[in-house]
Amino acid sequence: MKALRNYLDKIKPNFEEGGKFHAFQSVFDGFETFLFVPSTTSKSGTHIHDAIDSKRIMSMVVIALVPALLFGMYNVGYQHFHATGATGSFIEMFAYGFLAVLPKIIVSYVVGLGIEFVVAQWKKEEIQEGFLVSGILIPMIVPVDCPLWILAVATAFSVIFAKEVFGGTGMNVFNVALITRAFLFFAYPTKMSGDAVWVSGDTIFGMGQAVDGLTVATPLGEAATTGAIPPFSWDMVTGVIPGSIGETSVIAIALGAILLLATGIASWKTMFSVFVGGAFMAWVFNTVGPDTPMAQMPWYEHLVLGGFCFGAVFMATDPVTSARTETGKYIFGFLIGVMAIVIRVLNPGYPEGMMLAILLMNIFAPLIDYCVVQGNISRREKRAIKSNN
Amino acid sequence: MGQLFSKKNREVFSAPLGMNNPVTVQVLGICSALAVTAKLEPAIVMGLSVTVITAFANVVISLLRKTIPNRIRIIVQLVVVAALVTIVSEILKAFAYDVSVQLSVYVGLIITNCILMGRLEAFAMQNGPWESCLDGIGNGLGYAKILIIVAFFRELLGSGTLLGFNILNHEWLTNLGYVNNGLMLMPPMALIICACIIWYQRARHKELQEK
Repeated sequence: MKALRNYLDKIKPNFEEGGKFHAFQSVFDGFETFLFVPSTTSKSGTHIHDAIDSKRIMSMVVIALVPALLFGMYNVGYQHFHATGATGSFIEMFAYGFLAVLPKIIVSYVVGLGIEFVVAQWKKEEIQEGFLVSGILIPMIVPVDCPLWILAVATAFSVIFAKEVFGGTGMNVFNVALITRAFLFFAYPTKMSGDAVWVSGDTIFGMGQAVDGLTVATPLGEAATTGAIPPFSWDMVTGVIPGSIGETSVIAIALGAILLLATGIASWKTMFSVFVGGAFMAWVFNTVGPDTPMAQMPWYEHLVLGGFCFGAVFMATDPVTSARTETGKYIFGFLIGVMAIVIRVLNPGYPEGMMLAILLMNIFAPLIDYCVVQGNISRREKRAIKSNN
Repeated sequence: MGQLFSKKNREVFSAPLGMNNPVTVQVLGICSALAVTAKLEPAIVMGLSVTVITAFANVVISLLRKTIPNRIRIIVQLVVVAALVTIVSEILKAFAYDVSVQLSVYVGLIITNCILMGRLEAFAMQNGPWESCLDGIGNGLGYAKILIIVAFFRELLGSGTLLGFNILNHEWLTNLGYVNNGLMLMPPMALIICACIIWYQRARHKELQEK
């Protein structure tokens, strides 16, 4: 550590005003503060200091995402070998999935961080660290067959239009990763939904077996098109079902959720109420809903299938775009759960509703906060008037 | 002749094309800019129709401006605009039926285009017919310009064609994995392209930036 610090101190002058690498100052600064907590402190005003800053929070969320990511890689391989009928060991399946997912992660980080670096240098600001999490979320919420150039276009679009135009990290109204997915979903529907994208049909470095026109539907897609409720199986919980890369395994997501809750980064109130909202709405549709498979699907199946868990744990709890008041978090989460199931059941075009539900509630989060704060103000006002009298 | 094209009159004509553009600076007429710009052809026709109607309405109102009682001026303006819109709509149906079907209700809705009423109220009621005519043409062309830029990108990236001619739908491109962007055909993308034009214009001209 000492040697690294000394080295950074040695090369630092090159990046300062007048140095030969001044154009890369924001890049240097970003890496330096990523490695070491900066020693500079605020000069004026009153500040509350916490031992954990936003870079440390981001790193923790990335660690929480690792189980789901590793399982997603294995599942990509498993689904491929399973669907094509090829035989392969566990190692082969994982390697296949790893090589299928890795380019997506690289593309997402290179494009997103590239834009962040350019903007930071241009505005003469420090690099904002928000993309560390978005960059890993983006490859996890797309199907394995999503082409890389499309992923790059969508990442660039959402970093510019969902984040930088609003003022960068911490100012965005919408979850950046979900905007990427929404862009992909509406701009390139054939590459994002249907039954041809969920399982890769190519060989990678000789692993696997090439199959043309491989079609495998997700359980939700199947329920929406064939009209039969898929029977509940433990595969839906462990996650060996087709789906977006990181969303399938409830167990791997739960591991991440435990870490997020234990470190206090994600709010249990939001997370818990998303599940309550989803279960409640599924129960309502079971009882009084129409006689369609989506409406009659039992509540526990609604919660484990599709992106529900992933969205509830990693997207709805995003501290920037969710409600910030404590009461507001309950309302925010509950409505996400309700809307996700409503979209799934009532809109035949979208078998999955979590993305749209979270984006919709992102818009309402400030309004929920406003109502909660105003309610509190008027309550206290009444109490003050009463005690004065 | 020198009088007709004086510096002031040239300014009246050119300002709406650039620094006082009705769409990007005054942010008027946005709804039709979203609705008719999925393809280039209807956008051009729409832009020209608005130009013609704005020019003639401006001239007519400018001629009448001293006789219109102030309290009923909006009604008089509406009658003039409605008559002109009906004429244009009939001409389109007669000579460019396909385009008029594509434009559907949006030709009729030119009546409600904010640019028209804005120019009548703000310019034609105070100025002579010649200046008003220039102002009408300038504003119509300023509107058409933005429509055409937006429609160019939306048709090229959304359908891979321009004015119906195939540009990007080739087999070798499809084999490389190129797919047309479906979001371009939806209205939200028109708004984002409009926003990009506004962004570009304000970044270049500091005086347009609000404090």
